[in-house]
Amino acid sequence: MLMNLISGDRPRSLVLTILLLGILAALALAPFLFPGVRSLETAARICIFIVLVASYDLLLGYSGIVSFAHTMFFGLGAYGVALASTHMGRGFDALIVGTLAGAFAAAILALLIGLFSLRVRAIFFAMITLAVASAVAVLVSQLSGFTGGEDGLNYSIPRELTPAFKLGKLFGVTINGKLLNYYLVFFASLALFLLMLRIVNSPFGRVLKAIRENDFRAEAIGYRVVLYRTLATCLSAAVAALAGSLFAIWLRYVGPATTLSFEIMLDILLMVVIGGMGTMYGAVIGTTIFVLAQNYLQNLMGVAAGATEGLPLIPQLLDPDRWLLWLGVLFILSVYFFPTGIVGRLRAEN
Amino acid sequence: MTQMLLETDGLTVRFGGHVAVDAVSCGFRAGELTAIVGPNGAGKTTYFNLISGQITVSAGTVRLMGEDVTRDPVATRCHKGLGRAFQLTNLFPDLTVLENVRLVIQARRKMGFNLFSMAASHTKLSAAAMAVLERVRLQDLAEQKVSALSHGNQRKLEVAILIALEPAVYMFDEPTAGMSVDEAPVVLDLIAELKADTERTILLVEHKMDVIRSLADRIIVLHNGALAADGDPATVMASDVVQEAYMGRDLADV
Repeated sequence: MLMNLISGDRPRSLVLTILLLGILAALALAPFLFPGVRSLETAARICIFIVLVASYDLLLGYSGIVSFAHTMFFGLGAYGVALASTHMGRGFDALIVGTLAGAFAAAILALLIGLFSLRVRAIFFAMITLAVASAVAVLVSQLSGFTGGEDGLNYSIPRELTPAFKLGKLFGVTINGKLLNYYLVFFASLALFLLMLRIVNSPFGRVLKAIRENDFRAEAIGYRVVLYRTLATCLSAAVAALAGSLFAIWLRYVGPATTLSFEIMLDILLMVVIGGMGTMYGAVIGTTIFVLAQNYLQNLMGVAAGATEGLPLIPQLLDPDRWLLWLGVLFILSVYFFPTGIVGRLRAEN
Repeated sequence: MTQMLLETDGLTVRFGGHVAVDAVSCGFRAGELTAIVGPNGAGKTTYFNLISGQITVSAGTVRLMGEDVTRDPVATRCHKGLGRAFQLTNLFPDLTVLENVRLVIQARRKMGFNLFSMAASHTKLSAAAMAVLERVRLQDLAEQKVSALSHGNQRKLEVAILIALEPAVYMFDEPTAGMSVDEAPVVLDLIAELKADTERTILLVEHKMDVIRSLADRIIVLHNGALAADGDPATVMASDVVQEAYMGRDLADV
């Protein structure tokens, strides 16, 4: 049963198993273990980004395809929910329609980009995705009447998913719509992650690995490489869009900076690389570390700067304003010491 | 007359001004092993690439069992019965030996677009792959990564992949190149075994004369991309054109 759920893909490392179970438990019980608005925001962001990063790993790690359009697909899902909620009014029907429309649009766009450019060299595909993603980002900020431009869109979601919907208290924690919303995000993310784990361990997933290893020979034994690459791109795009929809449902706001920006694209790349490409579990580890660092490194440094007050130079180096510097140092160190990612490193020790 | 499984008609490819394969018209019957010989650069491998589709033809046609496949992509030709092994080892280095062969059987059973089942649950595929590995005596190395195999074993795996395809047309490109003296017989015995199947045809690019003598029913000679001779081994080997084009004048003089 459990093996079936994780598609027979064992973590293959005791430390990794413990880490994954720890993250799963922490996310599952986040509202009770870490009460507070900010920690719940962080937990929801981790859930959603695990799905987003895992869907990127399906492309980069399993299929060997470099794409810079992943935030565009993420944004399509988010704007799908936002536009449906704006135009259809608040309601679950708007959420469902927006989510499906976003995922469908993402898959179609990925299909078009794929058919046009996956036949040729990998670098050409990467450049096309970059161009299309930039064009979409410009369009979204220019068509302000439709998309809200740079300001983005605020909209209402069903009351059952907002803090105004109160159900009472459990273990001293208020059970309200926000908590229900969190569990919607959590279980949807878990289901999507397990779905992707299944896809990479399916016969199709094996073909993707073969193509990554040697596309020439994969074609020679009877696999139409371009079709497999295109389908992988479409699947990855659709899942990214679904993650975007969850993000939109959670935030009740979309804007170019939170969904389409190139910084997010770079974050996704870093999370995949830090966690370990082509492992799926790497997405879980990479995302958790990265999002926690993004959210709490500044606080940690504030504490450290306070503790070292009086010493020369060190408090200045540890000033919370310099958190980006330290984040950068952390990345360089992690890529230097774990070139195969954290998961690759943990598995190599067995 | 037995059916032509594979025919090339005026098959030509030019790279810039250089004609690498020059209007080669040739048919291959079922139950026949044809050795393709010729000096280095004669266009043997290029001829193979045109037949299996890795290179687009400039002129001429390739017909497989009467059907024109000249414009078909490589994978489609593979499904229609053209199986190819490569001269330079061309495998999936980071996957296991078993997985390399399993992928072939999965392709033949058209299961590649199966997205939601576990690959590991299709035990029949693994069993079929294992049976092929036993034929090339690689069964004990099934769980090894290909990159860890010796050159000789990689060559055997290359042959195993071709066997797993069960094609109508087997195309071997120097299958024993670089293999040690005691490893080569495994591969050669296998090719002899395949020959017994009268439904299929075998094309063999080979340099070793003893191999050609023991296996070939027919020899064709390519020279500067053109068909220079075609016939039974004894006649072709004795002909002037082989002495000149293949052995080289010096050898012929000795």
